[in-house]
Amino acid sequence: MSVNQSTTTGATADGVEPAWKRVADEQMRRGAFSRTLPVWGAAVVILMIMPLVFPSAVAVTIMNQMGISIVFALSYNMLLGQGGMLSFGHAVYFGLGGFLSVHVMNSVEYDGWWLPLPLLPLVGGLFGLAFAIPIGGFSTRRAGTVFAMISLGVGELVAACSIIFVAFFGGEEGVSGDRTMGPPVFGFEFLSEVEVYYLTAGVVLVAALFMYLFSRTPAGRMANAVRDNEERAEFVGYSQRYVRFVSFCASGFFAGMAGGLFAINYEILTEENLNLVTSGWVLLMAFIGGVGFFVGPIVGAIVLTLLQTVLSNHTELWQLYVGILFVLTVMYAPRGLTGLVAMHGPALRSGRLGPLVAAYGVALVPLVAFLAGAILLLEMGNVANQSVVGESEAHVFGLSLDVSTAPPWLVAAVLAVGGAYALARLAPRLRDAFGRATGAAGGAP
Amino acid sequence: MTELVIFSLLNGLVTGLLLFMLSSGLTLIFSMMGVLNFAHASFYMLGAYFAYTISTYVGFWPGLVIAPLLVGVAGALVERYGLRHVHRHGHVAELIFTFGLAFLIEEIVQFFWGKATKDYSAPEILQFPLFTLYGQNFPAYKAFMILISVGIFIGLFTVLSRSRVGLIIQAAITHPHTVSNLGHNVPLVFMGVFGVGSALAGLAGVIAGPALGTFPGMAFVLGSIVFVVIVVGGLGSLAGAFVASLLIGWLQTFAIALDWSVNDLLALLGVSFDADHALRDLWTLSLPQVAPILPYILLILILIFRPTGLMGKRET
Repeated sequence: MSVNQSTTTGATADGVEPAWKRVADEQMRRGAFSRTLPVWGAAVVILMIMPLVFPSAVAVTIMNQMGISIVFALSYNMLLGQGGMLSFGHAVYFGLGGFLSVHVMNSVEYDGWWLPLPLLPLVGGLFGLAFAIPIGGFSTRRAGTVFAMISLGVGELVAACSIIFVAFFGGEEGVSGDRTMGPPVFGFEFLSEVEVYYLTAGVVLVAALFMYLFSRTPAGRMANAVRDNEERAEFVGYSQRYVRFVSFCASGFFAGMAGGLFAINYEILTEENLNLVTSGWVLLMAFIGGVGFFVGPIVGAIVLTLLQTVLSNHTELWQLYVGILFVLTVMYAPRGLTGLVAMHGPALRSGRLGPLVAAYGVALVPLVAFLAGAILLLEMGNVANQSVVGESEAHVFGLSLDVSTAPPWLVAAVLAVGGAYALARLAPRLRDAFGRATGAAGGAP
Repeated sequence: MTELVIFSLLNGLVTGLLLFMLSSGLTLIFSMMGVLNFAHASFYMLGAYFAYTISTYVGFWPGLVIAPLLVGVAGALVERYGLRHVHRHGHVAELIFTFGLAFLIEEIVQFFWGKATKDYSAPEILQFPLFTLYGQNFPAYKAFMILISVGIFIGLFTVLSRSRVGLIIQAAITHPHTVSNLGHNVPLVFMGVFGVGSALAGLAGVIAGPALGTFPGMAFVLGSIVFVVIVVGGLGSLAGAFVASLLIGWLQTFAIALDWSVNDLLALLGVSFDADHALRDLWTLSLPQVAPILPYILLILILIFRPTGLMGKRET
């Protein structure tokens, strides 16, 4: 049974919990794994029925990509969120695990190795681990800026090596394989995308479960301690370097596992999979989702994969939108999308969410106006800047707008400026409503 | 061979001085604020693009002055309204912010100027060979780049060591609180240094744009190398940044110029290798091939064996 007493005895006599007590309680509650069992059960059910809800081939492909991203982003958060290590080279373990998985896949096909496909992510993980051990050996001495710099150096080094060593990395065209050549597992040969989906979903579930359990072990707990105050952690008798090293290796293992999944899904790996762009992308996913929460990177992976696959079909500016989203997150919501939701936890528990939702509802109108105006301006600006002579139609929200005439610009500008002005006027009221709902006196800034 | 050495020395000098223009600002910003500005090379790119647009209207020379000023203002605004806001979340958050900014600036540049390389070229008055040695021309524009860089170096050094502002900056690097207690406006000094550092990067972009190409990836190409320079030189050390810039400039040009390979060494030792073996790439590895990774190997070695950098005082 779980430790539940603390929740019932948590509130003090005057009904207001001190902040530290709330945090401690939350930690206690989160600490009990059995309490999270319903969540894991729900995850299993959702993963099972997803292909039935979204049966189209495109949707299954997108969901497979999400699965890979989820494992990769969760492994990244073992470094950044749980260990306080900002890495700019995490794609190294993802990519190397993936490349070696493809080579193993080819050995299964040509050299007669015996390996059922579902075990391939494990192989990728072991290769990721094999690279994380020596690199972690020298790079985990310090956290912060030094660690970030070393990870950047290692990332650039491996990316540059991938162009030099053609025999292993396949040069420009990469290395490809065939996943269907292994021994069939219970009759499955993984010919169809749906079969691959269920394999991916299973691996995602197992990997996420183990990463969650890792964060509950003393090693995971000490990683938090070292992140928050490395000096005190040393006083308790732990070597900060060793604690970081353990997290780093575990993280490398799961990144390699994600690489193995990538190999199964796409059957090809290229230099792109281990360069700085991929390393930056995983930072974006984890951070936008929220590095302070276990589910944060999962949210980030889902949202950014959707943006990458769906939004990119509609606009060539999608990376600009992602960049703006990222910078705004860093500046105004450093706890990520999950943090924005979690912020409302106290209001929900105290039953005061209603008035806050009403206030949000009022703000929604100018927000939508502002976003619509801003997007229109950007899209029309893009057409006006880039397009060839004679082509002056911008296609946004299913509308065709002629950017050579003034009215569309005027409407967009009015929407954007008006929305922004109304939002700025509403901001103090929203802050008040939030303060009242969460019980903070005078409205928290 | 002499020809090779002379031209490699000159080309390395051009690259090295260009790197110094970027790394000097970056290392000053780092030593004052503790921020490793990932977006520093993005300001370099902005400099090139601003100068390109200005040059299409009024020519190269006004751009040489206006573009760095614009970039400096942009940098100061970023410090005032972005970085200062993020500062309370700590250095890691600042690093993530500048990383996001670098990403965003690249997208913004593509939004306004497109993905293609811009036709930004040196002014015609500088398009002649300055001298010819062993039948190889040395373009006047490269000499102009050296001249500007050296001028900036001397100017920066003079301001920092001789002027009142320079003294306050030097003091604020090591003792920001004391300087603040003495009545100086330290946040303003920070903003100024960030702006000037960005302007220097912008100037580097203005003069490098015609030589190295003006395209959206130009920040990415140089960005990591500049990090290597300031870490190798020792964070916060201007002299270290200067030495490391030249070192890496020459390291890269000589590695590209000298076509030595493991193959030659093997031939010298009388060893042969199997042309189909999986390790074949290792035995045919040549110096020009490994040139791009040499700075990173240097970075990792320095961080492991001498974390203070060549001339730095504090550990990174």
